[in-house]
Amino acid sequence: MAVSLKVNGAIRSVPAEPDTPLLYVLRNDLELNAAKFGCGAAQCGACTVLVNGQPVRSCVTSIDQLNGAEITTLEGLGTIDKPHALQRAFIGEQAAQCGYCINGMIMAAKALLDAKPHPSEAEVREALAGNLCRCGTHGRIIRAVLHAASEMGRT
Amino acid sequence: MNASLSRRDFAKGLGGIVLAFSLDPALAQPGKPLPGSLATNKMLDAWIRINADGTATVFTGKVELGQGILTALAQIAAEELDLPLSRVAMISGDTGRTPNEGVTSGSQSIEYSGTALRLAAAEARALLLELAAAKLQVDASQLRVTDGIISAANGRSIAYAELAAAVDLHREATANVKPKPAGAHKVVGLPVERFDIPGKVTGKAAYVQDLRLPGMVHGRVVRPPRYGSTLASVDETKVRAIPGVIAVVRDGSFLGVIAEREEQAVKARIALTEAARWTLGPELPDPAHIFEHLKALPAKVEVIGTKQSPVDASARVIEASYTKPYMAHASIGPSAAVAQFNDGKLTVWTHSQGVFPLRAEIVKTLKLQAGDVRCVHHEGSGCYGHNGADDVGLDAALLARAVPGKPVRLQWMRDDEFAWEPYGPAMAMQAKASLNGEGRIVDWNYELWSNTHSTRPQSTTGANVLAAWYLAEPQQMGPPTSPPQPAGGGDRNAIPLYDFPSQRVVHHFIQDMPLRVSALRTLGAYANVFALESFMDELALAAGADPVAFRLAHLKDPRGRAAIEKAAQLAGWTPDQKSDGAHGRGIGFAKYKNLACYVAVVADVEVDRASGRVSVLRAFAAADAGLVINPDGLTNQLEGGIIQSTSWTLHEEVKFDRQGILSRDWSNYPILTMPEVPKVEVALINRPDERALGSGEASQGPMVAAIANAFANATGRRIRDLPFHPARVKATLA
Repeated sequence: MAVSLKVNGAIRSVPAEPDTPLLYVLRNDLELNAAKFGCGAAQCGACTVLVNGQPVRSCVTSIDQLNGAEITTLEGLGTIDKPHALQRAFIGEQAAQCGYCINGMIMAAKALLDAKPHPSEAEVREALAGNLCRCGTHGRIIRAVLHAASEMGRT
Repeated sequence: MNASLSRRDFAKGLGGIVLAFSLDPALAQPGKPLPGSLATNKMLDAWIRINADGTATVFTGKVELGQGILTALAQIAAEELDLPLSRVAMISGDTGRTPNEGVTSGSQSIEYSGTALRLAAAEARALLLELAAAKLQVDASQLRVTDGIISAANGRSIAYAELAAAVDLHREATANVKPKPAGAHKVVGLPVERFDIPGKVTGKAAYVQDLRLPGMVHGRVVRPPRYGSTLASVDETKVRAIPGVIAVVRDGSFLGVIAEREEQAVKARIALTEAARWTLGPELPDPAHIFEHLKALPAKVEVIGTKQSPVDASARVIEASYTKPYMAHASIGPSAAVAQFNDGKLTVWTHSQGVFPLRAEIVKTLKLQAGDVRCVHHEGSGCYGHNGADDVGLDAALLARAVPGKPVRLQWMRDDEFAWEPYGPAMAMQAKASLNGEGRIVDWNYELWSNTHSTRPQSTTGANVLAAWYLAEPQQMGPPTSPPQPAGGGDRNAIPLYDFPSQRVVHHFIQDMPLRVSALRTLGAYANVFALESFMDELALAAGADPVAFRLAHLKDPRGRAAIEKAAQLAGWTPDQKSDGAHGRGIGFAKYKNLACYVAVVADVEVDRASGRVSVLRAFAAADAGLVINPDGLTNQLEGGIIQSTSWTLHEEVKFDRQGILSRDWSNYPILTMPEVPKVEVALINRPDERALGSGEASQGPMVAAIANAFANATGRRIRDLPFHPARVKATLA
């Protein structure tokens, strides 16, 4: 069985059953590392990707729901050489300790900034409420998102 | 544990890396072991190799846990070698390649590995200079090195690359070459950005979970309903019929499955769970009476601090008891490992904090030779101590043994981690003090009850990895141990820093472990500081004294006093603050381990009486960590500790009943979320003439006490049992 997916702008065919969670396809078939397995139950946000611009928990989203959808992963935002403003801001603020939650933080922030380019701090906190961080890096993450918002507003 | 310490003390976040210059290594001394980890790993080329392209490869037995240690160690090596950081490559935590430096824990990475690398690099540079001097026909003392190019005054020069083949580092270190003085440092002390962060924010392979080997298959394990259960039977028929399933693996009561694809392994795990029949192990204690149960278990009783002087018989006696529940490490990513058997040789890729101790456990359990097992570190999700990292390594090895040649990647599912990780132990604390007519504490009695705070691999004489206890030939854990004072284990920070004329502190070290426990960040300090500092406020109230003034009146240590005064000043503390019934302010203070960083925190809380919800609005912290190397790195560590402590204090408690562990996902083990995170302000007291002190676990204890005291200030009622969840708050206020 093969299913076609559009990931980071490219059509990819994957040899997976239709009920396979997107997360495993991204990580194992497409070798995209960013989305992480955290809970498998949409509780922690580590697996967040964008589907048609909306943040989605890839651990509970089966690939048969994604026909024709535009899937964007952290890899699709930017690279080390050409980072997205959010990625640049997270590096600038050194807003990671272990970093396992950071994919979800950046993807949720991307969805927020796309919908609301100049969020307040409270809006950033609310947008990231479903993304768990265990190292206590929250303050830096909030700063990085606000910093990216102001950077993006300038260009 | 202090797993996190090495990092947190010295190497952190924004603005880069912190190095402890105060740990300048002593040179070798006759008759004494070589300094740092050179004592146990003497060969120079075990630490440093110079490559033909002029780069250096640097080896360390310490591992990256998200603390930035590899960046910091690279800075040390680059500094002494006079190489740019870009030409230093780090190899870490690999039983096949690196020195054995035990476990990455206890604030020791810079001290041990850093010292070894600093001396080894200085010696390697001296050997390169010696060769260069001969080739350039000048005296070595006339040579300068810039970016790996050795130049003489006469303009001639030679690159490390040209000397790489000739320089013989396969020799024992002498540790006789003096490293650079701090004033000459060019790389050490710079706010270097961590090497690992750009990859982590762009999706590069950064974790053992990201490892993909050719031909790799996927494993999952099935654990029993509760501790000590044995597998009675399992009908594998349905499981084997699931597409992609390669093997069902059973050894005694260890049960797992291997499939071609990860989602197939996940499905097979569900089927295997349904197919397994267990003979249940002993019931767990009744959680409603867990502390009575623990106190009744056999314990070693140790009096750890006594001072004696006559106590005025008219003094008023005040008593209080406190408790802390079992808490989980609750890593965001469940533990994972990849294992592969090839021709009887096993390789395990692991995020263990100690690849050598893990290897020793695997060798013992699987009856292999040390030379046939290699453990290689790859990062995992943050661990905060001893989580499932080591256990999943053995699990993966057991699966891989069933499919020789094939690499098996195993990530625990969420409930594997929550239900089977070793928790931070539940603790009970009992305090009794006498106040004289002048409002001074004249006698102090404190007792605590706790299990061990470390059952790490190699911490006992027996087997210390989960699956070993469930095999057909089961192994047992040895008797638990506890580190001695002053650092202590369960009794960490149990001895007050205050000056009481008469005191007695007793550690009841409980031997039986009804729930699995081990090292969680701060060990016993979080609970002890909660109890001690809550009790100080209770005594201040009884004495009619302001909590800040009351502490100062009982504390001689000038640095402790300064930290308390600074936090109070930062917060704008005023005596006799009256609450409006909803808002309150409290202070907490400790010197971590009674030998590391001083931290005082003032917290502001808001209590919603209707919902029972406690919000921590702000925290003001003052810290004295001795010489401040990188103020922002230190601040980051203290902030992280304050936020994690807020989560522990408001939410965290491992839930269980007689039938087993109930905390199996984030809904029944909630942690602090982004909207709840307090605003944190940190003031540092820089003491350039003092030794740099460990700070990574220093703020958790003071923060819980500050929250507890703020709650009492807000409501006039005191909560003595953690956590401060809404039901408890409502019951307290009813």
